[in-house]
Amino acid sequence: MTNPLILSLRGMTKRFGSVVASDAIDLDLQRGEVLALLGENGAGKTTLMNMLFGQYTPDAGTVHVWDDTDHETVLPAGQPQAAIDARIGMVHQHFTLAENLSVLDNILLGAEPLFRLGRHTRDAREKLTRLMDDSGLIAPLDTRVGDLTVGERQRVEILKALYRDVRILVLDEPTAVLTPQEADTMFASMRAMVDRGLSVIFISHKLHEVQAFSDRIAVLRHGRKTGEMATKDADTGSIIRMMVGEDLEVPPRVAGVPKKPILELKDIHTLNAGGGQGLSGLNLTVHGGEIVGIAGISGNGQSAFAGLVSGLVQPQSGAISVNGKAMLKPSPKAMLDAGIGRIPEDRHHDGIVSAMSVAENLVIERLDAPDVQTRGFLRKSQIAENAQDLTQKYDVRGPGIEARSALLSGGNIQKLILARVLETDPDLILANQPTRGLDFKAASEVSRRLFEARDRGAGVILISEDLDEVLALADRILVMHNGHLVEADSRDRTVIGLMMAGGRAA
Amino acid sequence: MMDFVNIFLSDSFWAASLRIATPLIFGVLGALLCERSGVLNLGIEGIFVVGAMTGWMAVWLGMGLWGGIVVAALSGALFGLFHGILTVIFGLSQHVSGLGITLFGTSAASFAYRTALPQVSSPPRIEPFRALDIPILSDLPFIGPVLFQQTAMTWLALFMVALVWWVMEKTALGVAIKAVGDNPDAVNAQGLSVIKLRMGSVIAGSALMALGGAFLTMSAFDAFFFGMVNGRGWICIALVIFASWQPGKALMGALLFGMFDALQVRLQTQAGAVIPGQIFLMAPYVLSIIALVIVARKADYPRALLTPWFKGQR
Repeated sequence: MTNPLILSLRGMTKRFGSVVASDAIDLDLQRGEVLALLGENGAGKTTLMNMLFGQYTPDAGTVHVWDDTDHETVLPAGQPQAAIDARIGMVHQHFTLAENLSVLDNILLGAEPLFRLGRHTRDAREKLTRLMDDSGLIAPLDTRVGDLTVGERQRVEILKALYRDVRILVLDEPTAVLTPQEADTMFASMRAMVDRGLSVIFISHKLHEVQAFSDRIAVLRHGRKTGEMATKDADTGSIIRMMVGEDLEVPPRVAGVPKKPILELKDIHTLNAGGGQGLSGLNLTVHGGEIVGIAGISGNGQSAFAGLVSGLVQPQSGAISVNGKAMLKPSPKAMLDAGIGRIPEDRHHDGIVSAMSVAENLVIERLDAPDVQTRGFLRKSQIAENAQDLTQKYDVRGPGIEARSALLSGGNIQKLILARVLETDPDLILANQPTRGLDFKAASEVSRRLFEARDRGAGVILISEDLDEVLALADRILVMHNGHLVEADSRDRTVIGLMMAGGRAA
Repeated sequence: MMDFVNIFLSDSFWAASLRIATPLIFGVLGALLCERSGVLNLGIEGIFVVGAMTGWMAVWLGMGLWGGIVVAALSGALFGLFHGILTVIFGLSQHVSGLGITLFGTSAASFAYRTALPQVSSPPRIEPFRALDIPILSDLPFIGPVLFQQTAMTWLALFMVALVWWVMEKTALGVAIKAVGDNPDAVNAQGLSVIKLRMGSVIAGSALMALGGAFLTMSAFDAFFFGMVNGRGWICIALVIFASWQPGKALMGALLFGMFDALQVRLQTQAGAVIPGQIFLMAPYVLSIIALVIVARKADYPRALLTPWFKGQR
């Protein structure tokens, strides 16, 4: 009988200044099991894995690995090569692929000697073909990675690890960038590989996939392990309590009271821009006091629609009016002035100017306002005061209001954007994927703020790929498919799911 | 009009095009190698001057022509090492460091020259590379003068094109260099050293640049003059974009520029009475800019160009 353990992290501790990112964490991985590492952003998941991979040198703790003959090795601290030699592989959340190289070159990078005349790729191709057959992870070997979809790139990342004969594979938030279908395929492939003896640790904060896919769950919070259990014994409520340390406050759904129409779109057509789907014959009226949910798989016209409402995309034909006033020349500035607040999809790139301070980002959409500038000169003390108020009110945490906003976490950047948008009291709020990538707490805070704005009388457009979120928030649900927007006449997931896949003529 | 057509039919025009292109071939290959690894090397203009001076001086001191080539390459490599330490290891601005290298290289070369030869008014001459004389081949009509009556350095340049192409396209090292210029994290995650790959590329690329300078003093002319590099390095920086960072296209770009330059000299003698000579001198540069505008709009830059990489920072 061999030792059931393949990997054991013991007493892993890492301090950054006065912050304890990882506090004496013990974690065991058994052969052929899928262990889910669950926790909010900042719980210490990534720190722990970086210690395993030698990216960080732990202040205390050891990593033990057992090979196939049950021989125990203690990995030397802080040496990435040691983890590679122990055949531990990791698929990072941000892919580490060279886009200008073919799939094959990316996989072979580092696995073949650098100084050798010519290439010997035939064996590599054979091995990869076999791996692709076994795992069901198919990738075109001679295509440039830059031409692949996100889902395909992830398959390349996993194949890269499998090609190195890893025994332990760590997946960091593997589904963050995948469509639900791609995620299902990915998990099925992983299951096939686990059946062939691979052991997997996967990091996530999505409860449903953890429950569906893992054998065991370990929960981290504030750098400590707060719980560990077999997945079949786990109940949702107790996991969430371990993650957030309190009962999650799910905002109750109270139907909104629609008031006068705010945004009216009539028969809008736009071009397909930048490879994205355009809009064809879109009609929509959004009233004050209601949340309109736009469900659909991304790439079906959401970008064009969001661009239209925020004034970035010009319609080819059709009419836009805001508060009964026709917008003849829609521009970002005109839409902003007409009372539309925008929470952009890519909060890091479009939501903030990351090199500018938190205080500056909070006023960046209203630089004309008298409390921001007089005769072209910024009123620094007013801006700082405003930032003090808002960061407190919206609980924006970070190194301070004068710090570069790039230093904030994703959740805090979103709170900053919410503060900026909601404080101007907009008549309409365009929220594009407002909770994507946020943890429970930050996401429920966003939901609460959107409900608040609605009850105050604002109209809200919620664009989301997450059907659960749309169902939880929206008073009215529309489905976007292939550039068409169709009202869903039911709140049934199957009906809406079918519409998302284009199952009903638009 | 007939005269114009005759220019293109003459072997001397094509031979001159290839001769003028030779230093540019070295320079553009060097810049290509640096930039493929993610490092812009604006030190090229200065490294040309350094290569021109050291190569010439080595021969003048009695080292022999090929010894001069080695000295020029080594001095270029030294300046590459310097640029690499500043930009790859310390992660300083590649623009600032590169321009600094150009100013420093130009001045240091002139300083060394003046220190070694304080009293000389007319530059001392060396015995430069001679045109090849290969039996049969050099005597072929047209082909002979164009290809086989060039100097050995032109052939070295053409060989370097093939060598760089082979390394970039056919070896694992080339794959790693291209990867490090696109996504250094990908290279690091596989246990390869980003720093070593980039330092190696910058040093080797700078050595090639110096050979471009050495061609001027050891093949095209036989002495070192101040200002003789005259912007050739900068042209290479433009040509590498024109070439989309590919060795084959780099050769084409250099030849195209050589043709423009050879053409303007001939047009000047034909039409010089009517049109001011400066217009012709300007023409190759203007045409290069136009060619760049057309090609470079679609340029596929190495994604990590200009971006320093530090360990443990994602």
